[in-house]
Amino acid sequence: MAKKDRMSGNEAVAYAIKQINPDVMPAFPITPSTEIPQMVSTYIANGEIDTEFIPVESEHSSMSAAIGSEAAGARSLTATSSAGLAFMWEELLLAASNRLPVALALVNRTLSGPININCDHSDSMAARDVGWIQIYAETNQEAYDNFIQAYPIAEDVRVHLPIMICQDGFITSHAVMNIELIEDEDVKEFVGEYKPEEFLLNPGKPIAVGPYSVSNYAMEARKNQALAMENSKEVILEVAKKFKDRFGRGVGLFEEYRTEDADYIMLIMGSAAGTAKEAVDNLRDKGIKAGVLKLRVFRPFPAEEIAEALKNCKAVAIMDRTESYNAHGGPLASEVLAGLYRSKVNIETVSYTYGLAGRDFTVDSVYEIFDELQAVVNDGFKPVQHRYIGLRTCE
Amino acid sequence: MRTDVSKINESTPHEQLTEGLMIFAGGTSKEFNTGEWRTNTPIFNREKCKQCLLCAPVCPDGAIPVKDSKRDEFDYDHCKGCGICAKACPFGAIDMVEGQVR
Repeated sequence: MAKKDRMSGNEAVAYAIKQINPDVMPAFPITPSTEIPQMVSTYIANGEIDTEFIPVESEHSSMSAAIGSEAAGARSLTATSSAGLAFMWEELLLAASNRLPVALALVNRTLSGPININCDHSDSMAARDVGWIQIYAETNQEAYDNFIQAYPIAEDVRVHLPIMICQDGFITSHAVMNIELIEDEDVKEFVGEYKPEEFLLNPGKPIAVGPYSVSNYAMEARKNQALAMENSKEVILEVAKKFKDRFGRGVGLFEEYRTEDADYIMLIMGSAAGTAKEAVDNLRDKGIKAGVLKLRVFRPFPAEEIAEALKNCKAVAIMDRTESYNAHGGPLASEVLAGLYRSKVNIETVSYTYGLAGRDFTVDSVYEIFDELQAVVNDGFKPVQHRYIGLRTCE
Repeated sequence: MRTDVSKINESTPHEQLTEGLMIFAGGTSKEFNTGEWRTNTPIFNREKCKQCLLCAPVCPDGAIPVKDSKRDEFDYDHCKGCGICAKACPFGAIDMVEGQVR
């Protein structure tokens, strides 16, 4: 029997961690993810779980400790945001190259500067090429569901890669919403026991982790790591299907909302997808064929699947909640465009930047974008690419 | 799946290498002849040696074998020629010579 409750996104992820009862959690507090280790350490102090909590002196240390304990054979995780993720940088790459299925509860917050604590995706997007699987949530429910799927994906023998479960700082992490919780025993059965074949604390079966590799070996190791990321796509889909069959909800690589006959689609990630859906419902009432493609999985990037999902629309708005400073648009736009080109899908595309450092993104913002898409298709309007939504300007 | 390091070399295809190049076996470092890196070579002078054994524990590579409380000839497969043993010897029984002698 599922239990109905109301929780913030941080509470939901902490609750999922409690139900999983992982072995080791090293963590260092940083807004807005602080509540996750705080709540987990409360569960530990109350004797509800027996996770080993390591209070470390920095995020460099929390990820190092998670790598060490995971290599030792313990299911490990940590939580962080923004500058905390940046301080883990070197270790993020090592967790991936050592093929350790560490989980990270990431609460998206902008990277400085100017210094700011609010939501955008600049932290995880800057870490898009460190070899971690990245899954994003629209709601508290999705953050919870995604976390329960994290270990079955990361620990699969075809994958063995670390996984980042992302939710939007404050918007999702602190807002309280209704949530449907899964029974403890069902979570435990779904996630299973961690039984690595080889691990450090295994008497009589010694191993060496992270050996120096000369040029004759390192390129082959990188290829194997890249193949694991490719393989993870089918595992993510299998786990999502298993989750849906069992608990009745969830999507695979992305959610297609009213896109089946849509002429205009907004491609977006995270909490703002909810805003886009509300606007699309209202536009549909007015007879405008609008839809939303909400990307759940950014790494591995489902380029062909996105191209297939977009091929019948006339125009797509690609929404980046980060600035790449490359004078060429955000990372989502760049990757989607490359995917469309390779799949020979020739539709109109407009790239937008929105919601940086907690800037509001409203239903009216979505209307403005769909108006522009219609002008592009119907009037031959030439839009400014990667325009900032809601920017104050003298023009 | 234990790793047989004797079957891994610079021609091994990527499919046959381990995940993360982890080595699922112990004591494999002796398979690597790090002595190849040596540019200076310690020479053991048995006549001057008093068998005080100050040299063996300071060797970073365990390249001074000790048997029945007596040190033996250098293990040149693993000696990198750092010269710490020669510095540690109070009796001048270890001479450093240039080049990869032996």
